[in-house]
Amino acid sequence: MTTLFGPGFWTRNETLVAIVIIAFCALATFSDPLFLSATTLTDLLRASIVLGILAIGAMLVLISGGIDVSFTAIAVFAMYATTVLTLGTVPGLPWPLIFLASIAIGAALGALNGLFIAGFGLPTLIVTLGTLSVFRGFLLTFVGSERISKLPPEMRGFSRTMLARGTTEGGSFYALPLAFAALVLVVVLTWFILHRTVLGRSIFAIGGSVESARRIGIDVRGTQFFVYVYVGALAGLAGIIHGSLGRMADPFSLVGLELSVIAAVVLGGARLTGGYGTITGTLLGVALIVLVENSLIVIGVPSTWQSVVIGLLILLGTGLPAWQAKRTAERAA
Amino acid sequence: MTAEPFVRIQGVVKRYGGVVALDGVDVAIRPGEAVCLAGENGSGKSTLIKILAGVEQPSEGSIHIDGTLRRRLDPGTSAAAGVMVIYQDFSLFPNLTVAENIAFASELGAGHRFVDTKRMKARARAALERIDVDIPIDVRVESLPVAHKQLVAICRALAADARLIIMDEPTTALTEREVGHLLGIIRRLKEDGVAVLFVSHKLAEVLEVCETVFVLRNGSLVAEGPASGFDAASLTRHMTGRDVPQTPPSAVDATAGTLLEVRDLHKRGAFENIDFTLAAGEVLGISGLLGSGRTSLAKALFGLVRPDGGSVELAGESLPPGDPLAATRAGIGYVPEDRLTEGLFLTQSIVRNVAVGRLDAHARRGGFLDLMGLGAEAADWLTRLKVKAPDIQAPVSSLSGGNQQRVALARWLSRAPRVLILNGPSVGVDVGSKADIHAIVRDLAREGIGVIVISDDLPELLAVCHRILVMRNGRLVDDIASGQVDERELGHRLASSA
Repeated sequence: MTTLFGPGFWTRNETLVAIVIIAFCALATFSDPLFLSATTLTDLLRASIVLGILAIGAMLVLISGGIDVSFTAIAVFAMYATTVLTLGTVPGLPWPLIFLASIAIGAALGALNGLFIAGFGLPTLIVTLGTLSVFRGFLLTFVGSERISKLPPEMRGFSRTMLARGTTEGGSFYALPLAFAALVLVVVLTWFILHRTVLGRSIFAIGGSVESARRIGIDVRGTQFFVYVYVGALAGLAGIIHGSLGRMADPFSLVGLELSVIAAVVLGGARLTGGYGTITGTLLGVALIVLVENSLIVIGVPSTWQSVVIGLLILLGTGLPAWQAKRTAERAA
Repeated sequence: MTAEPFVRIQGVVKRYGGVVALDGVDVAIRPGEAVCLAGENGSGKSTLIKILAGVEQPSEGSIHIDGTLRRRLDPGTSAAAGVMVIYQDFSLFPNLTVAENIAFASELGAGHRFVDTKRMKARARAALERIDVDIPIDVRVESLPVAHKQLVAICRALAADARLIIMDEPTTALTEREVGHLLGIIRRLKEDGVAVLFVSHKLAEVLEVCETVFVLRNGSLVAEGPASGFDAASLTRHMTGRDVPQTPPSAVDATAGTLLEVRDLHKRGAFENIDFTLAAGEVLGISGLLGSGRTSLAKALFGLVRPDGGSVELAGESLPPGDPLAATRAGIGYVPEDRLTEGLFLTQSIVRNVAVGRLDAHARRGGFLDLMGLGAEAADWLTRLKVKAPDIQAPVSSLSGGNQQRVALARWLSRAPRVLILNGPSVGVDVGSKADIHAIVRDLAREGIGVIVISDDLPELLAVCHRILVMRNGRLVDDIASGQVDERELGHRLASSA
């Protein structure tokens, strides 16, 4: 309900990130005029799909006042298990059903998180740190540890389906995969839940003050359970897309990405303490991380500096609002 | 008012294991009536509130709401029946807007699944109109001043069709002017047929707005009746079971000498041109409305806040600015306003919270502590300040507000300070503890210690301070000798412009 372009516009995270993105693109275009092209855009958009879907899920958890680091393990588990199952039982399964299976597995794993966090009331970071290891270990031990490059034909077909394709004037080829529509769908659905349903507002309320939420009769446990199941489902979707687009089911991939995802969410304005987070901000954060990870080389910065740049951005992104909050608090005293 | 009572509790007993928290209490509240529940910590008033709110079940007795016997109340059915509690923390969502905070509970209650922004805003506006208050409904609650947050909490209860609003210590965080405004709103609520149960330590306000007073002591109802039949003294006597003297402080020994001299202390955005002296054995009050800079000044004297310029001299020696450690070593003590977040280590034991002030005194060679000596001295101070604690190894968070304040005081007193700064010493403290703290302050003054009391509790200022300085917008605007004014005059001078 609070307006985007209201007072404090210039100091909001979203604005600052947008400015950095624009500055970055300007620098890149200056170094290489070919940077600003449909090819770059579609490449960056493609790179944002998996990160974006995972980030939206992570944002939801942060808003609810918790933190989930197990979603990458859920993503790769769902992806790999689905691939193995499909190849072993119904290799010709149409891709929407394959995707549904991955989402379902992700949701089930998320439900396990929900059981420990909402059901037993255990701290979220500890639980998800644990399940991160358990899910991954379980995957590698009991499901398989082979990299599968011969994917089900439907998955291959999906990865080749394009939303838009063509050739630029410069002669380079660009293509935006259908998978991008999944990100758009996730954004729209999540926006609707967060802003138009009581369930979504309850997530904000719990993040703002869980005790007050209990007092006015919000079903705190039910809402938290929903959050972790939803994140799991999103992770399942992100995982299967990752597998399809990468043309390989690699059980060793994705895990390790958690920090980039959370970095994107935090850059976008979500607070680790809960109650705050916007979809716009998260998407901007994802865009910035993707830009940095894919285009530093264009400016002439070696890609080994990626983590340094991202780290600095995180420090600034979290330090700035924290310092501002401190100043406002001091002034009020 | 001869209407049927909206809430009637009869013979309510509550036992927690072997402890009897309430021993057969009868209370009746009529529609539109303002009732005060007075009692010290441990008197049972929190238990009574919890039973009315459905958070606890009575061991015996009956509760009738709106003429119907309620066999088993829970927070949901209690709220549905129209009984709502506004706790001291207001239970708001800082990250949501005013409109959402006001309308959320009702949206939930109505079983809506989807959010209708227009409907929520309309509900919010309607509630604000009922108490004739104008707050922007699209701002986040966290950006509101405390008094406005309280109004939002009241509106939330109204939007949910409250028929009885229970306010737990509503005036603790408010200034004098805001309290007046709140009392006016309570009168409007009454006119609207909403009953109010007011739980407060501030007796003067209570007597001003309530029609009926119930006094609890040790779980029993020891007095009840129309407010007109009580005054502050009789209320205190019923609540504590003893007479608490309201003697004004004795005159300061003029030959005692200056202890603290503050010259031209200033800090941009907080205070400026601060000049005053504190004599040995003097109790100096500093008061002012919220935002007057009094807390910044107090912190600057102790070094928690670094002033831009000016000097603070203790017994002729200049104190380095912005250095609380130096201030402590020189003999200044500071008991902060918010003991929960600034003063005490809540999860640590009671005895450790006192002992931490004397670590350097009990340090032996090689950095080892004489734990026995440390513990014994701390325990001794706890006894001296009459801290009621069954187990001093228990975490200090288990104590009542009044006892917690005594612990905070004990820590500083054990260091034998020459100047003690008390910021809001009796905020959230029951009447009995408050009187004890005042007695302690008077004793300190008699021993030659200089005390600065930051407060806007008028009776407190008059009871302990020799002189009262008034701050407004960062400047000292008035210097009042407490013996020469009464409460009304003091309140007037505090609120009037320079």
